[in-house]
Amino acid sequence: MPVLCSRCAERRAMLKRPKTGHSLCKECFFWAFEEEVHQTIRWGPASGGKDSTVLAHVMKLLNERYSYGLELMLLSVDEGITGYRDDSLETVKRNQQQYELPLKVVSYEELYGWTMDAIVKQVGLKNNCTFCGVFRRQALDRGAIMLKVDKICTGHNADDVAETVLMNILRGDIARLRRCTAISTASEGEGVVPRCKPLKYAYEKEIVLYAYFKRLDYFSTECIYSPNAYRGYARNFLKDLESIRPSVIIDIIHSGENLSVREGVKMPVQGTCSRCGYISSQALCKSCVLLEGLNRGLPKLGIGKHHRLHNKILAQQPFTEKEESKLKPVEF
Amino acid sequence: MCQVDEDYHGDLERAEVPNVSKKCVKCKEASAAVVIRAGDAYCRGCFKEYFIHKFRAMLGKNRIIFPGEKVLLAVSGGPSSCSMLSQVQKGLSRNAHKKLRFIPGIVYIDEGGALGQSVEERMKLGAELQAMFKATGFPFYIVPLEQVLDLPSSVVVMAPSSSEQPGSAYKSAVNAFIQSDSSTCLTPQDQEDTSLPEVQESHTRSLQHLIASVKTLTARQDLLNTLRQHLFVHTARTEGYSKLMLGDSCTRLAIKLLTSISLGRGAQLAQDTGFSDSRYGDIISVRPMRDYSAKEISYYNHMFSVPSVFIPSLDTKTTDKSSIQRLTETFVTKLQGDFPSTVSTIYRTSEKLQTACRSSSTANHCERCLLCMCALDTAVENASAFHATLISEQFSQTKVPGATRTQIPRQNPVTPVLTPTGQHCSSDGEENCGRKEGGGGCCYSAKQPQTTNLKTLLCYGCQMTIKDMSSVEYFPQYILSEAQRRRRRSQMKEEITEFLLDDDDDDDEGN
Ligand SMILES: [Zn+2]
Ligand SMILES: [Zn+2]
Ligand SMILES: [Zn+2]
Ligand SMILES: [Zn+2]
Ligand SMILES: [Zn+2]
Repeated sequence: MPVLCSRCAERRAMLKRPKTGHSLCKECFFWAFEEEVHQTIRWGPASGGKDSTVLAHVMKLLNERYSYGLELMLLSVDEGITGYRDDSLETVKRNQQQYELPLKVVSYEELYGWTMDAIVKQVGLKNNCTFCGVFRRQALDRGAIMLKVDKICTGHNADDVAETVLMNILRGDIARLRRCTAISTASEGEGVVPRCKPLKYAYEKEIVLYAYFKRLDYFSTECIYSPNAYRGYARNFLKDLESIRPSVIIDIIHSGENLSVREGVKMPVQGTCSRCGYISSQALCKSCVLLEGLNRGLPKLGIGKHHRLHNKILAQQPFTEKEESKLKPVEF
Repeated sequence: MCQVDEDYHGDLERAEVPNVSKKCVKCKEASAAVVIRAGDAYCRGCFKEYFIHKFRAMLGKNRIIFPGEKVLLAVSGGPSSCSMLSQVQKGLSRNAHKKLRFIPGIVYIDEGGALGQSVEERMKLGAELQAMFKATGFPFYIVPLEQVLDLPSSVVVMAPSSSEQPGSAYKSAVNAFIQSDSSTCLTPQDQEDTSLPEVQESHTRSLQHLIASVKTLTARQDLLNTLRQHLFVHTARTEGYSKLMLGDSCTRLAIKLLTSISLGRGAQLAQDTGFSDSRYGDIISVRPMRDYSAKEISYYNHMFSVPSVFIPSLDTKTTDKSSIQRLTETFVTKLQGDFPSTVSTIYRTSEKLQTACRSSSTANHCERCLLCMCALDTAVENASAFHATLISEQFSQTKVPGATRTQIPRQNPVTPVLTPTGQHCSSDGEENCGRKEGGGGCCYSAKQPQTTNLKTLLCYGCQMTIKDMSSVEYFPQYILSEAQRRRRRSQMKEEITEFLLDDDDDDDEGN
């Protein structure tokens, strides 16, 4: 006997919701998924986007359904990874036509003069994700400023947020820990466009289900270069936890939302980078330091904590031999 | 020298192979016998000194235990709490260098009933522990877990704290203590030759019903943890202790922190993992072992022959993925093997956190979870993930008018207490649930609403635990009675709400 949809009690259920365990028909699932995103973004989104088809699809649909009055645009970052990006850029271009939304592609190469392929060549596979993470964040901001948008919506889902909570605990990053569960960040300063994560409470599996039944292109934006150790550990741990208790993803986010930091705990003071003007708690922002390291052939510069060297970089002074030897790439 | 204090450089560094045949970093003479962390190699003598010093320093720094105060040590039989016991013994001994000045007692909870151990097994373990405790000369209490069935409801009510005691009070207490004849109160009384407490078979069965009604090991362990806390607090109260000493090591706390995060208990992290925990008001828990890693403890216990007893627990002989607690333990242990600063990094995160419910002085005004006694973290403002889930549930079901809300629902007059035997409201005419007339059937036949009603009195984490229970029918009476009392209070409050001037919830209790 077919299972009936737990919502309409009329049609046959096609799937079991990973989030709640309810059996739903296709139509009711679409409806619930979309309405939940609507609930998440009630507090005012705008435009932009990570290369997530589902995000673009749902945002466009809700914008029409609820007359948000938003002017949506697609923003995509080309990291310069041969093979991997070509496919996804194709998809974004298809989306552009399908949804009739303007598209802006910013590339690492045009912004930084380095593709990820070139970076990996120099730094190897150990720390490459530090580069792609930092560069992507700034690339989105720069692209958003070029497009003159008020807000960036990213396709981060509940799994991503939970994973980030775990990761920040593992590395004791209390400032990030506090920030990562926020649905939208207020403007942190000049050069940073406020962000929101409309899919923050959507399970990755439900996003895939949605894309599957809607016949949308879906592919994970996973970098083909292996994720760094931390993320890898946090991700596998989360997957294992989820296999024991599926609600763990939301449970972790709930925990993250309720953490409160003791008074008197030092939090980094946000200032701006004296080279590029991007927000930074140091004299130079992370991306400028990483770039400096790449250009000087000292890729480890941005990886450890080498704040002492910031002044030297700003003054364009050479490093001592001892300093250099520490920052040289590891031989393979 | 007393803190876990390695430098942390952004990324974790891989474990390095320790340098063998090194000299002790402290005295620089004797050859090293233990390597606690990379670079820190100690000789036997210096290690002992370091270990002992750390314990006193932890208590000295926090100044929470007053001289002459009665302190109940929770000993599980495991290495960490046994090590704590031995440190207390050392610290109280006549020739101790910096003498500890409190009056200790020991509590051990025998959970054999929940694990399905035979009476003989339980007697055997009990006897082993009894021998160990007797040797200390401290008074001790071996409490079978079955006793939770007879707890009074006051256990889940926050007692007024015994007046804030500022630093100056500590000093004067020290002086008063030194002047008084301290030698008499420190002499441990001779424990009258107690035989192990007998447990009624029916009690064990009720306990097993309760455990069996919890469908997952994760929720079982969580519930057991709560019940254990209740028993500790109750024992402390009835025996006149005001502090409870727990033996959590830094490793254990790192695991606990990560577990709590996964169980949705983020709001309670500071209490669950901090040095002191005052959620019960009058009985304050302290964790003096929190600076020691499990490795340090096992070195010390081994080198200085500190006895411990292997006590099976719910997750003994289960696989890594049997529960969230178990998985987290394996995860942290493995990661610590690869990255030796894992535990201390997680642990230091815990030091930067505080409880969500503002400061402890105003904490009395929070609504508290019926089970774990933490401030409720389910209000809309700080629980958007929680509300997102409620919305998802609502959207996935046939629409119910005015569906799920987290406020305490206005419900029918008092739902009667559930009897574990399953005799429903037929027995007491007076206590009839009142639904029969409405044609809705007896309240007992509808167990779901009962669980739902209980939910509103629970924090997020405890709600997740209850969710994994087939029924709350087997809950000990004290919990169900307190649930009823709270519901009655909130009903009363609703009736008189328009006459109340202050919105603050001073509903509770004990005052
Ligand atoms: Zn349906
Ligand atoms: Zn990457
Ligand atoms: Zn910069
Ligand atoms: Zn030495
Ligand atoms: Zn609770």
